[in-house]
Amino acid sequence: MTGETVLQVEKPGVHCTLQDLGRPGHRLAGVPPGGAMDRFAIAAANRLVGNPDNAGALETLLDGPALVALEGCLVAVTGGDFQPLVNGAEAPGWTSLWLAPGDRLGFGRRASGARAYIAVGGGLAGDRWLGSVATYQLVGRGGIQGRPLRAGDRLALAGEPAHPRISGRRLPEDRRPAYSAEPALVAVRGPHYERLAPAARRRLFAAWWEVSRDADRMGYRLQGEPLEVRGPELISFGLAFGCVQVPASGQPILLMADHQTAGGYPAVAGVARAALPLAAQLLPGQRLRMVETPVTVAQDAWRALRANLEAII
Amino acid sequence: MPRRASPRGPRLHALGDAAALVEIGRRVDTALNTRAIGLAAALRKRRGVREAVAGYASVTIHYDPDQVTFAQLQATVRNLFRARPAPPVPGRLHRIPVTYDGPDLEEAARALGLDVGELVRLHTTPTYRVFMVGFVPGWAYLGPLPEPLRLPRRSVPRTHVPAGSVAMAGAQTGVYPLPTPGGWHLIGRTDLPMFIPDHDPPLLLRTGDRVKFFARN
Repeated sequence: MTGETVLQVEKPGVHCTLQDLGRPGHRLAGVPPGGAMDRFAIAAANRLVGNPDNAGALETLLDGPALVALEGCLVAVTGGDFQPLVNGAEAPGWTSLWLAPGDRLGFGRRASGARAYIAVGGGLAGDRWLGSVATYQLVGRGGIQGRPLRAGDRLALAGEPAHPRISGRRLPEDRRPAYSAEPALVAVRGPHYERLAPAARRRLFAAWWEVSRDADRMGYRLQGEPLEVRGPELISFGLAFGCVQVPASGQPILLMADHQTAGGYPAVAGVARAALPLAAQLLPGQRLRMVETPVTVAQDAWRALRANLEAII
Repeated sequence: MPRRASPRGPRLHALGDAAALVEIGRRVDTALNTRAIGLAAALRKRRGVREAVAGYASVTIHYDPDQVTFAQLQATVRNLFRARPAPPVPGRLHRIPVTYDGPDLEEAARALGLDVGELVRLHTTPTYRVFMVGFVPGWAYLGPLPEPLRLPRRSVPRTHVPAGSVAMAGAQTGVYPLPTPGGWHLIGRTDLPMFIPDHDPPLLLRTGDRVKFFARN
């Protein structure tokens, strides 16, 4: 913890953790990339307050924390629409907001989405592990002692806030991801697609898949008519964020930020980077569809999404 | 389905739009694994490759599509595969002390038709290879397990296995690095930490290393 202490946690919310863009480069040790589930939203929040995309920011699930400013600071809330409130008055999302000392950032009723991001000018400090402040709860590392926020926690800046501190900067609505409670996710055929029975191949990219209650930062179990897989068991191989695996039950698993780094279930599809922010905003009971896309087209979709970060006005 | 390596070399398969898998075989085999480790090491030096992780007989490549296209990566993989592989780097040898008193020890011995002493003797005889690391931080897939010790996984996995548990299932053995759920047969425990968070890399056993267990009791 280096910079000044800027925020005090009055209420922690259901599950609010410090994240950044994760710690790639350590899969050889079995360490997943981790970091924000919605990489577009955290990058946008950071840019709105003058931070690099990878600065530490809060990821809050289902509801928001209540934070009191101890010092003046610039904040921005992005991701799901959690109705940010400054001193009880509605404040816009995807917009930089100035908090004076004593101001309270809270949240109203969640209107849509699963995860919101709160960035602070200067970036939030946390325990750095393997080059990242992202909270990784399985091993209790990163973030605030490797755990979600608690009431009474005080959050410090990682560095000096960039100048000028401009409130009212925003990302126009048409430049934000097309979040939906029933998104169509750009996806690429996976290495073991041909292990699916013919009917299952058709269904993989045609059917709606419901996010089950077994959905967390590691991955989502999806529910639908089971997919029949054929052939002998595979030997374990390395996995990636967005992989769709099919275990013997036939119910697919979508791997998310804190995913296991190796496994042996057939990988039948991979959700593209451009679509992972949409997946990150889903809750149990909502459903998704995967749209088969060539790799190069999926990569272009990510470039197009990323270019939207330049549209902050 | 991934094809056998054609004369042109193995095929690259997309794992999403920024990762790819190349499978060079389907067996648990030291020569294939050595080849995978060598291919991963060579790939790591290539432009646009951010990470290359060797599996049992595969390499998972994480790449930056703004620096290298999927097609270029496919060509690189085939060129590297055709080239004479670099001589394998000998892995480090670890001697791991085990107290053989796991909750499944006697039941496993019974199921295998062995007495506990024979099970322990068989488990401590080979020098195992770390075929790959993954699943959770510090988990090393060790093998091959001697034939007389091979059992299917437990039908009902445990919801909590303590860190340091020495376990086996199928042709594999290993040490749980963290308290996690698990379906392997727990035959012993070690005090030697597998996951070492304050080290970089944060683990004891690396892909290609060798492991010999010895009984402390």
